Amino acid sequence: MRALATHRLASLVPIAAIMLVLPLMFPSAYYYRVAALVFIFALAALGLNLLMGFAGQVSLGHAGFLGLGGYAVAIGPTHFGVPPWLCIVAGAALSGLIAFLVGRPILRLKGHYLAVATLGFGLLIAIVLTNEAGWSGGPDGTSVSRLTLFGWRLSSSDAWYWIAGASFLAGATLGLNLIDSPTGRALRAIHDSEVASSLLAIDVARKKLGVFVLSAVYASVAGSYLALLNGHITPDISGFLRSIELVAMVVLGGLGSIPGSLVGAALLVVLPQTLTMLHEYEHMVLGLVLMGFMIFLRQGIVPGLAAFFARWRR
Amino acid sequence: MAESLQFFFSGLTVGAVYALVALGFTLIYNASDVINFAQGEFVMLGGMTTVFLSLAGVPVPLAALLAVIITVAIGLALHRFAIEPAREAGAVTLIMITIGASIFLRGAAQVVFDKRFHSLPHVFATDPIRIGGAAILPQSLVVLAGAAIIVVLLWTFFGRTLMGKAVIATAANRLAARLVGIDTRRIVGLSFAVSAAIGAVAGVLVTPITLTSYDVGTLLALKGFAAAMLGGIGSAFGAVVGGLVLGMLEAFSAGFLSSQYKDAVAFLVILAVLLAMPHGLFGRGRVERV
Repeated sequence: MRALATHRLASLVPIAAIMLVLPLMFPSAYYYRVAALVFIFALAALGLNLLMGFAGQVSLGHAGFLGLGGYAVAIGPTHFGVPPWLCIVAGAALSGLIAFLVGRPILRLKGHYLAVATLGFGLLIAIVLTNEAGWSGGPDGTSVSRLTLFGWRLSSSDAWYWIAGASFLAGATLGLNLIDSPTGRALRAIHDSEVASSLLAIDVARKKLGVFVLSAVYASVAGSYLALLNGHITPDISGFLRSIELVAMVVLGGLGSIPGSLVGAALLVVLPQTLTMLHEYEHMVLGLVLMGFMIFLRQGIVPGLAAFFARWRR
Repeated sequence: MAESLQFFFSGLTVGAVYALVALGFTLIYNASDVINFAQGEFVMLGGMTTVFLSLAGVPVPLAALLAVIITVAIGLALHRFAIEPAREAGAVTLIMITIGASIFLRGAAQVVFDKRFHSLPHVFATDPIRIGGAAILPQSLVVLAGAAIIVVLLWTFFGRTLMGKAVIATAANRLAARLVGIDTRRIVGLSFAVSAAIGAVAGVLVTPITLTSYDVGTLLALKGFAAAMLGGIGSAFGAVVGGLVLGMLEAFSAGFLSSQYKDAVAFLVILAVLLAMPHGLFGRGRVERV
């Protein structure tokens, strides 16, 4: 049993080690900020990966939950006087509830039909956030008050680096445990064939709904962190392009690979930051990189490289 | 009444463009199972290339023709260098490749052209025609006529030519099509070329009304995809109906409810339709083999 447990979480040890050592090499607060962003997006990508990589269900609207979590910490403290940390929890609960209500009918759809339905759902959230200016501040967004924990006002990038990093590790541990549980095996069975799994007495609809709710909670927490780190939020957080970005992180890193979500997030957060040097050629290069990775490492970076090294060693 | 007629006209014009984009999605999907999110960029390329060629002194009709040819070449290149090498990849991977291509084309347009809005001269006069109290631009009629001609051309191509029947055979069963001697790779390439041409023509026709810029493609791809799914993916008839319905929904909800929530209404209706008919209006369900 012990051997199994160490094996299961083994992939998290190098991630934790890198997380501890990396700050020694950071020359400025800017690096903490970028690394915090990586962990925040990795958390959202991780949740989406549980849905896409294991249960095989696509969502092109996951940024909607990012927005719910983000606006929960923006609206809660200013309009209702709720402390920000409680708003993170409340936002996650709200996202989970909405995912539960919406997921029930939507997850009956398959393949591209599910894609367009989730896309529509994400768009609806973005439209509401843009137009209900009295609550959300409209297209220009609104400012977010800083998080205060035990008398500490958390506004520095290094504090958020540790919070986001720890949250990612916690989320990954939960995810890895879930994958190895009977539920995880049921999800993989659903991915392979829904008909076959229902014949094996797997409650397909319930399992799919469960992982959809979980992935919504992950995205919501990530959205709250993002808003608190930036101190500002605009409806772009739940736009179509954000949803696509999350899917790209999952697919680039590797569907069904937990470390892959971190690699995918790192690539898509760090790359645009470095590409700004290229000025107007930025998007061309970004598009080429995305295409190149998907053509040459079509299973994703982590599984693709793992397969490559396995072959090379033989 | 005049008001409704007015919304009907504007819905019809926008819907015709959505229908053409949705047709592009459908053609490529049928031949290759790929959902091509770069479809909206074809529309942008058609409009922007025409604008810049005409600014360089090329007469507009010639510029439009050249723009369509250039867009077709880009569509073929997309197939040859991005889709073809990843032929056996999964559906989501292929979607990501087309999204990468769309980001690349948008970025390239930003460099080659510029970031401003551009227009083209109307084909006929700009004075609106009055019908029953509502006004319609002659250019809207041009868009509608263009869309109708494209649909008729496609219909003849698929129904009357050997090449068209080969495309249908490929869509029905790729392996069987190969076994009867159809070069399915060329058919997929052809579908990319035709889709690019349709997109480019739509871009040229609609630019005088809606203007164009390097980033109009994303929204069009999104709407076209939604229209194709509403009609039922794989059904060309469904794509046209889906596009027109989406255009109408937007126009009427913008007119009677609120212009900010027009997209919300459109997507709520799409969600409702899909929940009642999980394979769209005219799509057929696939039986899962266990």
